[in-house]
Amino acid sequence: MIPELGHYALVLALVMALAQGTLPLIGAQRGIRPWMQLAGPAALAQFAFVAIAFLALVRAFVTSDFSVAIVAQHSHSDMPLLYKISGTWGNHEGSLLLWVLILNIFGALVAALGVNLPPRLKARTLAIQALISVGFLLFLLFTSNPFARLADAPSEGSELNPLLQDPGLALHPPMLYLGYVGFSIVFSFAVAALIDGKIDAAWARWVRPWTLLSWTCLTGGIALGSWWAYYELGWGGWWFWDPVENASFMPWLIGTALLHSALVVEKRDSLKAWTILLSILAFGFSLLGTFLVRSGIITSVHAFADDPTRGVFILILLAIAIGAPLTLFALRAPSLRAGGLFAPISREGAMVMNNLLLATMTATVLLGTLYPLILELFTGKTISVGAPFYSATFGVLALPLLFLMAIGPFLGWKRGDLKGALQRLVAAGIAALGAGAIALWIKLDGPLLAPLALAGAIWLLVGTIIEWAERVKLFRSPWRSALRRARHLPRAAYGMSLAHAGLAIAIIGMTGSAAWKSEQIQVLQIGQSLQLQGYDFKLESIGPARAENYLADRAHFVVTKGGDHVADLYPERRQYLVQPMPTTEAAINSSFLADLYAVIGEPDGKGGWTVRVYHEPLVPWIWFGALTMVVAGFVSLSDRRYRVGAPVKAGGAQSAKVPA
Amino acid sequence: MRRLVYLLPILLVAALVAVFWRGLDPARDKSALPSALIGQPAPALDLPPLREGDPSFSLAAFKGKPVAVNFFASWCLPCRAEHPLLSRIGDEFGIPVVGIAYKDTAANARGYLAELGDPYAAIGQDESGRAGIEFGLTGVPETYILDGEGIIRYRLAGPISPENFADQLAPEIRAVLQ
Repeated sequence: MIPELGHYALVLALVMALAQGTLPLIGAQRGIRPWMQLAGPAALAQFAFVAIAFLALVRAFVTSDFSVAIVAQHSHSDMPLLYKISGTWGNHEGSLLLWVLILNIFGALVAALGVNLPPRLKARTLAIQALISVGFLLFLLFTSNPFARLADAPSEGSELNPLLQDPGLALHPPMLYLGYVGFSIVFSFAVAALIDGKIDAAWARWVRPWTLLSWTCLTGGIALGSWWAYYELGWGGWWFWDPVENASFMPWLIGTALLHSALVVEKRDSLKAWTILLSILAFGFSLLGTFLVRSGIITSVHAFADDPTRGVFILILLAIAIGAPLTLFALRAPSLRAGGLFAPISREGAMVMNNLLLATMTATVLLGTLYPLILELFTGKTISVGAPFYSATFGVLALPLLFLMAIGPFLGWKRGDLKGALQRLVAAGIAALGAGAIALWIKLDGPLLAPLALAGAIWLLVGTIIEWAERVKLFRSPWRSALRRARHLPRAAYGMSLAHAGLAIAIIGMTGSAAWKSEQIQVLQIGQSLQLQGYDFKLESIGPARAENYLADRAHFVVTKGGDHVADLYPERRQYLVQPMPTTEAAINSSFLADLYAVIGEPDGKGGWTVRVYHEPLVPWIWFGALTMVVAGFVSLSDRRYRVGAPVKAGGAQSAKVPA
Repeated sequence: MRRLVYLLPILLVAALVAVFWRGLDPARDKSALPSALIGQPAPALDLPPLREGDPSFSLAAFKGKPVAVNFFASWCLPCRAEHPLLSRIGDEFGIPVVGIAYKDTAANARGYLAELGDPYAAIGQDESGRAGIEFGLTGVPETYILDGEGIIRYRLAGPISPENFADQLAPEIRAVLQ
């Protein structure tokens, strides 16, 4: 009964979305106020219906209602509660429902919080958001009904894929979707502005907090996914340039560019057409990602559903959702006049460079992702594009970006003083050269990119600290007044400093782990040990362990260095009971400078076990850097001037400088 | 001219959609690319063994009964995905599965098998990728079914999945066994 209720709620949501997607649009065009005002309540009602449907599905999973097809396929009554809940989005249909739910959360937030928005803009934005929703609700109802029942309900389900039974992965999809789908509202704002024909500083101010919120969630979602791959897949890597990883990374790159270009629109009334284009493309890349994951067009470990009819449906959706706004863009954008003049050496000039580099990096990733498909279609050859391609292109593009990132904040709007900026960065330059030299000294014959990237990251980190210190006049004024300045610095300024520093920290971690990782594989008997990087890993014992839904062999390693005890590691090799699939559970000991990482493999039948250990320098920095960026996003969002959806009217108290 | 710049995004998207449209063609079966070698004798590979202590690897040693040849590599993500299914070939049809570690260092390939298990009857080491060229390999993983005479009867490009195992690989092996 409840699943039918959920299904019915989805149908009602579709009806609501149809009303919300048409009437306010016509109302805004013809100036019919009541029709425009319909958008807000309709968005809230649509959200309520989708939320009912979602909760109905969660209930089916929690109560193990195996008469619902996807529950029978992806759940099991013995699974821990957390994975029963996360099983809701651990499959194609359920994750799509989560997608639609988040789409509606953003619509409802704009409806509820956007009281200061001009009515026309608000009506059109919500209408566009509803039209996206119509497309996805149709997709859900016609090709991927999550509430489909089974005629013969099995007495037990076939369990969630063991790899997905993990707390990191319970959180990864909702977080990622908040970011992915959050760009939909930015997209809707952009299309509404294109229809309106008016893009100004106020528009940019309304759009920025939503971009920032999406960007922050996307950063967190990507980092969670990467962290999960690192500790769960058991081969010590955290990024594989897999097509689906790239699919989430491209909206992130475009979103980062958008954050900066929207600021130029706001401050300098320039880069308008470009900013609109980025707003459309950020969501466009989200849709592309959805298409790649769900159509089975590309071979990937993440692939959800290998169903061509679904692929055709999303492709049509993608073509309409991106094609229509871009056609409008081609018609309207040429008439958008840029405001002020543009000096190459200025804050806005630096942001243009930032945008050019980020756009090129996105294009590189797109090329690497789609090249195998294009080559196969035209020549019949199949190839795969891997890390070497990306470090040669993406890595090389990232270096000038790092270099500019430290300088940009020192340049003023309109006219910057490059010489002065560089003079203030002398300390950062010295630190960067030192770091590069140390990196070379550690490993002379490694890839050259590593010392360069490390130097770039240190340059950015120190440069960011100097910039903050200058703002608060640290050491140049009595500490009490510096403290007061630090307290009164706008939150958005802290957001920028933290985000830039977080990226620098993460890049230090990525470089360290990519360049200096070492590993050792050996067959060990109980009591034997192996050595890696001065650490001694002794295999103490291996014994059975069991939990509700798996059996495991659990090993105990004692790690020592020079005789001193460092850590105990307990890697496992699990055998899930329902799906006979062995999974490895790595044991990781993190310290400031490195992770020690151990995995056990198969027994050799003669009392020995294959053991694989890694020394992963600086990996904890990646997670710390990503966390810093997420915190930075929220700090920035909490800035009074950016209260989500309730921006100050143009011409208000806007005298303070707002950095990126 | 200026207008053309603004048309560029929509033109690019249109081109991409066209590519995807072709890619979704149900007739495009990613795993059944034609191979010029079907019906031809398999190249007589002589490779160093991956496992220490094994005799030198030669496909000729398996003549007389059907055999499955699987190209894999430790750096290949889909190989991991298909790995648990490899032992099913032996379990269900009783034919040996031999592995060829394609463009991989011995240490990495051994580590990969140590971690995931070793389903192979014999493993040749093809660090240079020569064996791959002789087989006309298009990528890893790729699986070939050879009959008792050493003739290549079937090729599956891409990872084995539970679906294509049941629909394609199993019927082909059965046909070879008859």
